[in-house]
Amino acid sequence: MLSSLAGVLFDGFAYGMLLFLLAVGLSVTLGMMNFVNLAHCSFAAVGGYCTVTVVNRLGWNFLVALPIAFVVGALIAVVLERALFRRLYRSSDLDQCLFTIGIAFMSIATFAWFYSTEPQSARIPSYLLGSFELLGRKFAVYRLFLMLMGLAITALLVLSIERTRFGAQVRAAVDNQRMARGLGIDVDRAFMITFALGGGLAALGGALAIEVIGLESTLPLSVILVYVLIVVAVGGLGSIRGSFVAAIVLGITDTAGKYYFPWLGAFLIYLVMVALLMWRPMGLFGKR
Amino acid sequence: MENARFKPLEYAFWACTLLPFVVTPAYLSLGSQIAITALFALSLDLILGYAGLVSLGHAAFFGVGAYAAGLIAKHYWTEPLSGLVVAAIAAGIAGYVLSHIVVRFRHLALIMLTMGFGLLLFEAANSASDLTGGADGLQGFHVPGVLGFKFDMFGRTAYAYALAVLFLCFLVARRIIHSPFGLALRGIRENAARMPAIGAPNLAHLRKAYTMAAVMAGIAGAVLTHTTSTVSLETLSFGRSADVLVILILGGAGRLYGGIVGAIIYMVARDQFSGVAPQYWYFWIGLLLVAVVMFLPNGILGGLSALRKKSQ
Repeated sequence: MLSSLAGVLFDGFAYGMLLFLLAVGLSVTLGMMNFVNLAHCSFAAVGGYCTVTVVNRLGWNFLVALPIAFVVGALIAVVLERALFRRLYRSSDLDQCLFTIGIAFMSIATFAWFYSTEPQSARIPSYLLGSFELLGRKFAVYRLFLMLMGLAITALLVLSIERTRFGAQVRAAVDNQRMARGLGIDVDRAFMITFALGGGLAALGGALAIEVIGLESTLPLSVILVYVLIVVAVGGLGSIRGSFVAAIVLGITDTAGKYYFPWLGAFLIYLVMVALLMWRPMGLFGKR
Repeated sequence: MENARFKPLEYAFWACTLLPFVVTPAYLSLGSQIAITALFALSLDLILGYAGLVSLGHAAFFGVGAYAAGLIAKHYWTEPLSGLVVAAIAAGIAGYVLSHIVVRFRHLALIMLTMGFGLLLFEAANSASDLTGGADGLQGFHVPGVLGFKFDMFGRTAYAYALAVLFLCFLVARRIIHSPFGLALRGIRENAARMPAIGAPNLAHLRKAYTMAAVMAGIAGAVLTHTTSTVSLETLSFGRSADVLVILILGGAGRLYGGIVGAIIYMVARDQFSGVAPQYWYFWIGLLLVAVVMFLPNGILGGLSALRKKSQ
């Protein structure tokens, strides 16, 4: 059991990084505008399908497809935010939930229309496949790649939030939106950019996830959305650090649960989430 | 307070529910599905429409009722009415226990907790396959009929049974809504801070409403079990919780007929559209949801009554 622990931790950490990429945008935008966006995983599917198109139809390299997925996801997020979502910032939670579920439903049907309901895959360069050996144990190269990507993006995010002027505006808007407006910060603009970044990161996550969890047209409302919501709710709204910790814990718990207690299914995850939320309804690192 | 008497339009509506027996006898089994879904939506309306408690896990109680009825029919007796009572009690107990936790939370935590409990129950039922049959569902029992009428292959008895239960539960819900207790619930929905100030015990009221809604959802689940003589794991699924929410919003939350009208439109549309291309059905329901939220904030019934007020 102990000998497999390293493998479980490794895979769980890589999975957690993936969940973090998918969830971090939702967490920050929820913290800023209290906008419950259940269509967030549609951006992940956009990224996934974008990668499939670029790699399989155009024949470009997987590594080139990743930034393209990010940009396409961010662009679609901006368009949706400007055209639709901004009308709902003052609506009730329920209206926001229903509206975004409606968007997610429509995106599912649209993906099914263009790409059929069959699972899709994208060709990955051979140097990312296979495994390497360390201390007598085998580790998948792709998971290491996931981990490094995730850590690099996290570092970039933390730096830009902590060090830049834009980051300061975002933090101010999350802490107290009205006060930030009062100080002359253009919260709407900051929100739009954050929303675009969040959508782009989710698309990138979706592109990276093809190799790990697959890509089907139902992704926007699959169990991944539940996991993303768990990361956001448990981590605390608007907290990058909270999302990071929650995503890593969830990734490792889920991987360990599947490895050691397969008969429990996802029971363990839901139990932990319910217990944590009852203990701290605002999440581990949430302020409000 | 609005008049609690039956209006002429309501008599006409309930008379129309009898039409399928003569007009569309081929669709009677769809009719009983609609009646069951309408009852389920009505139960959600009690907590969401009137008390303002959002729930993304209401199928938990539907499923508890369905499994309770199924287990009784399989292991003890197949008389449905007493099974209905036991299922209602089981769902009520589940609702009462959960209500102590759920009513304390708001916003995202409430949504996540209701969803979490629903998912927990789903996973539990999936794992306890000795008791529930797991992913294959609970099978191997047959409910012959109700009150001496056999469940026939045309679904006549099934529709009558589902419709009668829906009507009785509707009368109860109507009574609750028009009582001072119902008024208190609406007060909590409108201003949760002011109600305690006039001496209303908010949490106790919400717990009561939550338990009542659970009982009603359990009854709906039990009727489904009795009319189909099988229980599938789907009765507990997240999809069912989301569907019923969509149905209620579509028809109009906070209105007694909202869930019923929503169920009729949703189920008939799904029956027609999904026959053509099931994977694109989601597009239209999504578009409908978006349109309802943007243009008809009180659902179809709310839009209609606004139209009527304007024309007067």
